[in-house]
Amino acid sequence: MNLEDKLYLLGYNINEEESHLGVKNPDECKICEKRQCTYVCPAKVYEYDTKGEFLSINYDACVECGTCRIACDNISWKYPKGGFGVSYKFG
Amino acid sequence: MKRKDFDVIIVGAGPSGLAAGFVLAKAGVNTIIIERGKFPGSKNVMGGIFYTKAMDDLIPEFYKEAPVERHIIEQNLWFMDDVSHLGVSFKSQKYNSEPFNSFSVFRAKFDRWFAKKVEQMGALIINETVVTQPIVEGGKVVGVKTDRPDGDLYADVVIGADGVNSFLAKQLGLRNKIKPNIVALAVKEVIGLDKEKINDRFQLRSDKEGAAYEMTGPFLDGMEGMAWLYTNSSSISIGVGVVIQDLIEHKTNPNDLLEKIKAHPSVAPLIEGGQTKEYLAHMIPEGGYYATPKLFTDGFLTTGDAIMFVNNVNREGSNLAIESGKLAAKTYLEAKQTGDFSSKSLSRYQDKIRKSFACKDLSMYKNMPKLLEEKRYFLTKYPQFFIDFVYDWFSVDGVSKPDKIKKAKKEFGDKFGYVNFAKDLYAIWRYMIR
Repeated sequence: MNLEDKLYLLGYNINEEESHLGVKNPDECKICEKRQCTYVCPAKVYEYDTKGEFLSINYDACVECGTCRIACDNISWKYPKGGFGVSYKFG
Repeated sequence: MKRKDFDVIIVGAGPSGLAAGFVLAKAGVNTIIIERGKFPGSKNVMGGIFYTKAMDDLIPEFYKEAPVERHIIEQNLWFMDDVSHLGVSFKSQKYNSEPFNSFSVFRAKFDRWFAKKVEQMGALIINETVVTQPIVEGGKVVGVKTDRPDGDLYADVVIGADGVNSFLAKQLGLRNKIKPNIVALAVKEVIGLDKEKINDRFQLRSDKEGAAYEMTGPFLDGMEGMAWLYTNSSSISIGVGVVIQDLIEHKTNPNDLLEKIKAHPSVAPLIEGGQTKEYLAHMIPEGGYYATPKLFTDGFLTTGDAIMFVNNVNREGSNLAIESGKLAAKTYLEAKQTGDFSSKSLSRYQDKIRKSFACKDLSMYKNMPKLLEEKRYFLTKYPQFFIDFVYDWFSVDGVSKPDKIKKAKKEFGDKFGYVNFAKDLYAIWRYMIR
């Protein structure tokens, strides 16, 4: 089963109005060597758009573990608004 | 007059917050637990083996009523390379009697049940509410701000049971930024499988008995990590946790690593034919004893994953969370007698934590994170040597056993050096056992 299908199994309540994830300084992403956010995230939320030179953030898929914010200081991270985000059945 | 909505505000309905809430509500303390998920447990993840004692002391024979999966009667530790595993196994009928040493559990189910018990004791639990920051007046924590309209709440004491990301402790200056070398990311899948199949595959005599496997070694490509496989009632929990620093350096995606483990020839037959039901991710504190933040300040205590109260060697976490939650609650009850919730009064919490068995365990392993960081080859080169030796030893290939030993001795000397080996043994003795 690929990652997309795995994430499809999860119950999400998406906050359409506001992303809880962001980048503090987009210029830093342009010169970032590793771009570790693009591979350490277990939900592959981050993808670097090489044409547009920006970090694309698919916050809908976030499972709220916090790994990206530990791996990179340039990521701004907060919990989704109460009741939003991922809900586990098993946990 | 000073505003006060509750005696105690607990942030987070995980094991430590719920345990604190249970003890407080039982003692008649006006307690509220604030949870950001849809229901208590909905954001909670663990491996998940749950050691019984801390919970059984709180609610005797809880397992007769609570949603537990299987009690664990067999533990395995496997060192794996890409095609082999070399294991230690321990199975005992002694684990088959009440109150049972440990269970496999699902946090989302278990914590939901636990929360009901806490509510029955009289605590109020509100869901779908994020605590955004502590309210500090005159250097003292007096309440919390939430993301609800007019959502400020005031109390004598706030207990930060807000998990591994622990924003409250950070905002209050009790801890530094969490570095990627003291926290692991764990990913897990719950794979549905018939009860009978699980019983057959794992040689369990009923669907109440369970088995647990931990796996490490060179198959993790030199990263510090541990994979696991636990039997649930009608599913398997399989996962892997790796120190985030190592994921970064090895440019590894955790889901790819999990797929590699699932495909390992020793693992694949155990999960064959199963259907993935859920995919989860959660961070695990790995820093141990030295990574513990300051545990209290005026009007504030913090517990569980937020104080990195996790014994990774024995994979204890949720039971320690419960223990710390209980101790925080007891500290409040003592402080209440004098009405003094100052830092000095709440410092009793630190004494209690220090005297706990859990802290003694963490203290014993306190240098282990550093040791493994310095000597990653403990998990790669040594296990690989022994795997290769065992393979050679059991291979009947015309080479005599004495010649095999001679060859192994020479290889060992060339690879590690006997002096270095002695040094490493000394380091293990010094860092871990002494």
